[in-house]
Amino acid sequence: MSANNLQQHALVAPGWSFLRLKRAVRLGVKSLWLHRLRSLLTVLGIVFGVCSVIAMLAIGEGASFEAQERIKNLGSQNIIIRSTKPPEEQKISDKGSTSYVLQYGLTYKDVARIRGTIPGVTVLLPSRIMRDYVWNVSRRFDAEIVGTVPWYPSLRNHRVAAGRFFAEADMETKANVCVLGSEMSRALFPLDQPLGKDIRVGGAYYRVIGIMEARAKGPKDAGAGDRNRAGADQMFIPLETARDRYGETLIKQRSGSTEAERVQLHEVTVKANSPEQVQSVAEAVRQVLEHSHKKKDYDIVVPLELLKEAERTKRNFNIVLGSIAAISLLVGGIGIMNIMLASVTERTREIGIRRALGARRRDIVVQFLVETVMLSGAGGILGVLLGITIPYVVSHFGEMRTIVTYWAPFLAFTISGLVGIVFGIYPALRAAKMDPVEALRHE
Amino acid sequence: MSQPIVHFEDVRKSYQMGPNTVEALRGISFKVMPGEFISIMGPSGCGKSTLLNLLGCLDRPSSGHYFLGGDDVSRMEDDLLSMVRGARLGFIFQSYNLIQQLTVVENIEVPLYYRDEPEDRCRARAIELAKLVGLGDRIDHKPFELSGGQQQRVAIARALVNDPLVILADEPTGNLDSKSGREILEVFKDLHHQGKTLILVTHDSNVAQLADRAIRLKDGNIESDVRK
Repeated sequence: MSANNLQQHALVAPGWSFLRLKRAVRLGVKSLWLHRLRSLLTVLGIVFGVCSVIAMLAIGEGASFEAQERIKNLGSQNIIIRSTKPPEEQKISDKGSTSYVLQYGLTYKDVARIRGTIPGVTVLLPSRIMRDYVWNVSRRFDAEIVGTVPWYPSLRNHRVAAGRFFAEADMETKANVCVLGSEMSRALFPLDQPLGKDIRVGGAYYRVIGIMEARAKGPKDAGAGDRNRAGADQMFIPLETARDRYGETLIKQRSGSTEAERVQLHEVTVKANSPEQVQSVAEAVRQVLEHSHKKKDYDIVVPLELLKEAERTKRNFNIVLGSIAAISLLVGGIGIMNIMLASVTERTREIGIRRALGARRRDIVVQFLVETVMLSGAGGILGVLLGITIPYVVSHFGEMRTIVTYWAPFLAFTISGLVGIVFGIYPALRAAKMDPVEALRHE
Repeated sequence: MSQPIVHFEDVRKSYQMGPNTVEALRGISFKVMPGEFISIMGPSGCGKSTLLNLLGCLDRPSSGHYFLGGDDVSRMEDDLLSMVRGARLGFIFQSYNLIQQLTVVENIEVPLYYRDEPEDRCRARAIELAKLVGLGDRIDHKPFELSGGQQQRVAIARALVNDPLVILADEPTGNLDSKSGREILEVFKDLHHQGKTLILVTHDSNVAQLADRAIRLKDGNIESDVRK
């Protein structure tokens, strides 16, 4: 009855179809589910690999974002020059010679010289910085008092949250006005509005005319020093007022000795006209200062350089991370390959049966490859879920900023899928290469 | 209907065993017509298994030609040979060779699986055959939940599912007790009456008696070919 039934027995090579893949996937799920524990243990390597990639990327990304944010707050077109105590002077002052008045740092002359000789400089921002207690009746706050110029907020990307910053007129009249840092205003005026109130520093009273907005606070930033850490404990007064009130000699009382130092300006910010000019301006500033200062009693910080440095660091970090990820995924892949090889041996008989019943070599390859890819894919998904959860937990409890970039889970998942293919091919080929006669005889 | 289904033409098969060449089949020629029921017998080492592997397209002859359903399969490439097995042959093994993690109906479906039949058609056909061999109420059982006789029935259903040109059976009753064995042989008789072409390899002469043609092998040659 069947010899003439040629349609039925025609040898038509079936192509690749969705149906075939669907069947292969269903078969794979079944066989993996049959050995649940084994499958789970097999994918652990991939799970941890993927999870650590995402979590570490998120933490690294968060840390570098914070660092860059802080550097950007300094102003990417700015060059910051700070007065520093030269090392040899430090030694003398440490000996406690009471009559010695230490003189160092940037001067008004330097400012004039920079303004006069360097092209491409728009604004200069000199400031004096003193530490003192600030009082509101009986509340006390250990603050950094910054005497500066009215364009400070725009130059340093530090905005006023309430009220206003002091103006040119306040400078000229040496007005006793001040702008408080956010933290400070909360500490001094926990209950009422500080605007319009008076605070006392030493013997002088200042009227609060504004409050600065809060800035991201974090661990010590990359090379920017302590002074600029947060700006939250800073109080701003007009430079002229500061000069008038404090003079140029600061006297500090330390255990048993009095230390005096004379500094005209603590900090000068130079703004270049464009980001491209930052390097050349910085170099020019360096030369001008080198010329006029015998001792190295200043320090030049270029936020743009710091930013580049931070980006380099991040790139190195990513390379290290990439190698760790590659190694852990490699280990995971080898684990999967090992299990798949065992599985192929274990299922030799099944392979023989399938081959006898019409499976082509490539059908066997696909069957095992689909299994491996599903294993590693499932591992990838688990890893992604875990990898997204961990940064969340870290930032929730560790007060650390983490950023899960949208491409990190995608990348990790893709790689885990590729690992499945790469490490699945050899076992699958081995399964397909078996001689059906031998395979059927296998016990 | 005069065209033979199976046509062996001076088929030889030799193996390399270390330095020696073993000649398992030394020039075998025979034809099988549609609807024939043939038994192949012979002492062990006579080339039975080799002949069966060649008949089943699991192996290729060293020389000679094998025509199956009019096509020369003796030189076919591997993928085509797989398709020949799936489309034209049904296998029944001594040790059933069911896939342990699949249910009865899924085991019956396997040959259709590799032919891209729509799933509902596969399932319907598999259930139909499970009923035919008397396992209609066991379709969702796993092989280990069945007796030997029942497992061999599943294997028979699987061999029939693709409506093959030839059904090859290798000692189908070898692992069964005599009662189950008799039942299986009854199934074979039924198949023969339905006009199926059967080739049965055995060394049990009682089993061989069922066939209407008996081929005896000895030392890789056909010793006798008797039609009843």
